Amino acid sequence: MAKSDIKKTTASKRPEDPGRRDFIVIATNAMAGLGAAAVAWPLIDQMNPAADTLALANIEVDVSKIAEGQSITVKWRGKPVFIRHRTEDEIARASATDMSDLRDPESDQARAEKADYLVLVGVCTHLGCVPLGQKTGEVRGEYDGWFCPCHGSHYDTSGRIRKGPAPTNLEVPPYTFLSDSVIRIG
Amino acid sequence: MSAEKFQNPVVRWIDHRLPIFSMLDHEKYDYPVPKNLNYMWNFGVLAGLSLAIMIITGIVLAMSYTAHVDYAFEAVERIMRDVNHGWMIRYIHMNAASFFFIVVYIHIFRGLYYGSYKAPRELLWILGVVIFLLMMATAFMGYVLPWGQMSFWGATVITNLFSAIPVVGDSIVTLLWGGFSVDNPTLNRFFSLHYLMPFVIAGVVVLHIIALHRFGSNNPIGIDASGPQDTISFHPYYTMKDMVGIAVFLLLLAIAVFFFPNAMGHPDNYIPANPLQTPAHIVPEWYFLPFYAILRAVPDKLGGVLLMFGAIAVLFVLPWLDRSPVRSARFRPLFRIFFWLLLIDAVALGYLGGKPAEGIYVVLSRIATAWYFLHFLVILPLLSVFETTKPLPKSISEPVLSRSKSANAPLGAGLEPAE
Repeated sequence: MAKSDIKKTTASKRPEDPGRRDFIVIATNAMAGLGAAAVAWPLIDQMNPAADTLALANIEVDVSKIAEGQSITVKWRGKPVFIRHRTEDEIARASATDMSDLRDPESDQARAEKADYLVLVGVCTHLGCVPLGQKTGEVRGEYDGWFCPCHGSHYDTSGRIRKGPAPTNLEVPPYTFLSDSVIRIG
Repeated sequence: MSAEKFQNPVVRWIDHRLPIFSMLDHEKYDYPVPKNLNYMWNFGVLAGLSLAIMIITGIVLAMSYTAHVDYAFEAVERIMRDVNHGWMIRYIHMNAASFFFIVVYIHIFRGLYYGSYKAPRELLWILGVVIFLLMMATAFMGYVLPWGQMSFWGATVITNLFSAIPVVGDSIVTLLWGGFSVDNPTLNRFFSLHYLMPFVIAGVVVLHIIALHRFGSNNPIGIDASGPQDTISFHPYYTMKDMVGIAVFLLLLAIAVFFFPNAMGHPDNYIPANPLQTPAHIVPEWYFLPFYAILRAVPDKLGGVLLMFGAIAVLFVLPWLDRSPVRSARFRPLFRIFFWLLLIDAVALGYLGGKPAEGIYVVLSRIATAWYFLHFLVILPLLSVFETTKPLPKSISEPVLSRSKSANAPLGAGLEPAE
C-alpha cells in the first residue's frame, strides 16, 4: 500500500488547499493544549503549601536559656533547626579556618550574625538526614561540629562541610534578633 | 492490518509490539456508526467525561481530606479556604456530581424513548442500570464525607433502610455502621469505598462499551444499519459532534461552579454533624428525590424500601416487559404518549420527594408511584400486544433520500438532518 493512500490527515483529502487546513487543525490543537494546561495547573498547584501551612512559616525562640557549649533543636517548617551557644574556642576555630580548606567557602562571620549563637537548619545537604552532635556525648565528627551518620559527612563548628559526600554547608535559615535573647526564624 | 499504516516510526515500533494504536484506529475509523444520530447520542460521551472529571477532582480532594469525625468537616473547610484552588476543585466535584446525574438521566430516557434496551442490546442496557446503581451508592457515600448535618443524617436514614429487612435487618445495619450508630468507623469505610467505587464504575463502563460496540449504536429510527451506506466513521464525524456537546456541557458546568456553586446542595450541610439533633427537614440530594418519594409514599417500612429498590429493579427486566419489535418511539404513537407521561411522572416524583411528607404531597406521591409501576408492569406489556405501529422505513438512508427526491431538490439538500 502506498503511504498516500492510507494517510488519514484531513490535509491529504483536500489537496487543493492543504496549508489552510493544516493551519486550522494546528490552531485548534494548540488551543486545546492551552486549555488542558490551564485546567491542569490548579490541579497541580493545589499540592503546593496551603495558606495555613504558609502562615506557620516563622517561629520565635528564646536563646538566653542555652548555656555556653550547649545546643537546642527547635522545629521550623517541619524541619529541625540547630541553635548552638558556641564556646570561645569553637568560635576561634571557626574563624581561623583557611578558606582554601573549605569545599563551600564561607566565612564564619557571614554565617553567624552574633558569633555566640550559630543557627542552622539541621538537615544534611547530602540526602536530608539529621546530623548528630546536638546532645552531649553524641559523635561530632572530625571537626567537632556535626556528623551525619547516614553517609558520613563531617561539619565543623560553623556547620561547614569538611569531609564526606555532602556538597554544601548546613543551611543558615533566615532569622533576626528581636532582642538580645529572642530570635525569630523565618 | 499491517503496522505500516502509521507514518511515525516510533508509533510503528510500539504498535508492532503493543497494538494500542491499531485498536484506537479501529475504534476511530473502522467502527461504523449510524449516520443519523442526533444530539441525544452525545450523552454517553458526556457521562464518560463526567466520570473522568469526578475521578480526577476526587483524587485531588483526597490529598487534603481527613476521614475522621473530628477532622473531616474542618478538612473540607480548609480545602475551601486554604488549599490552593481548593474551593474551585471542590465546587467542580460537587457540581459535576449533579451534572453526572443529569447527563445519565437524559441518557436513560434517551434509551427509553428510542428503545435502545431492546434485542440485541439487553445486556448493554443492564450494564447501564448496574452503572446507575453504582453511581447512586458512590454519590451517597461521597455526600457523607464532609460530615455536615445532612451527611450525618443522610447516612443514618439511608443505612437504616436495611433495618427493614426481616430478622437480620438490625445486624446488617450494625455491620454497615461498624458500631451502634453512624460514627468514625462508618466514615472511614465510606471514604474507602467512595474512593474504590468510581474505578469499579470505570470497569463496568468498559464492559458497557464492549457490549455497545458488538452491535453498534441504536439510532433515532431504531432500525439496523443495512450496510456501509447507512454508516459513517466515528472520527471525525461523531468526535466533532461530541465536541459540540462537550463544549456546551463544560460551559454549563462552569456557570454552575463559578456562579451558583451551592444551588444544587443543601445549606444544612455547612453545619457540622451533630448526632444529638436531626435537622427539621431532611432531604437527600436532588438526584435521589424520585426514589425518596417512592420510599415515603408507602405507609409501611419494608414495603417502602422494597418499592424503592423495585423502581430500579424494574429497569433490569425492561427488555422483557416491552416486547414490541419496533424500537423507536417515532413509530409507536401510543408508546410515545406514555413515554412523555412517564417523564412527567418521574419529574413529579422528584418534586414530591423534596416536599414534606404530609397532606396533599403524600396523596400525589402515591398516585405518581402507582403510575410509575403501572407504566412498566402493565402498560408496556399491553402496548407490545395492542399498539399499531407506523410502517418502518426500509433503511436509515431511505426517509432522507426519498424526501429529497420528492421535493425534486439537488442531492445535497437531502443531507439536512431528518428532524
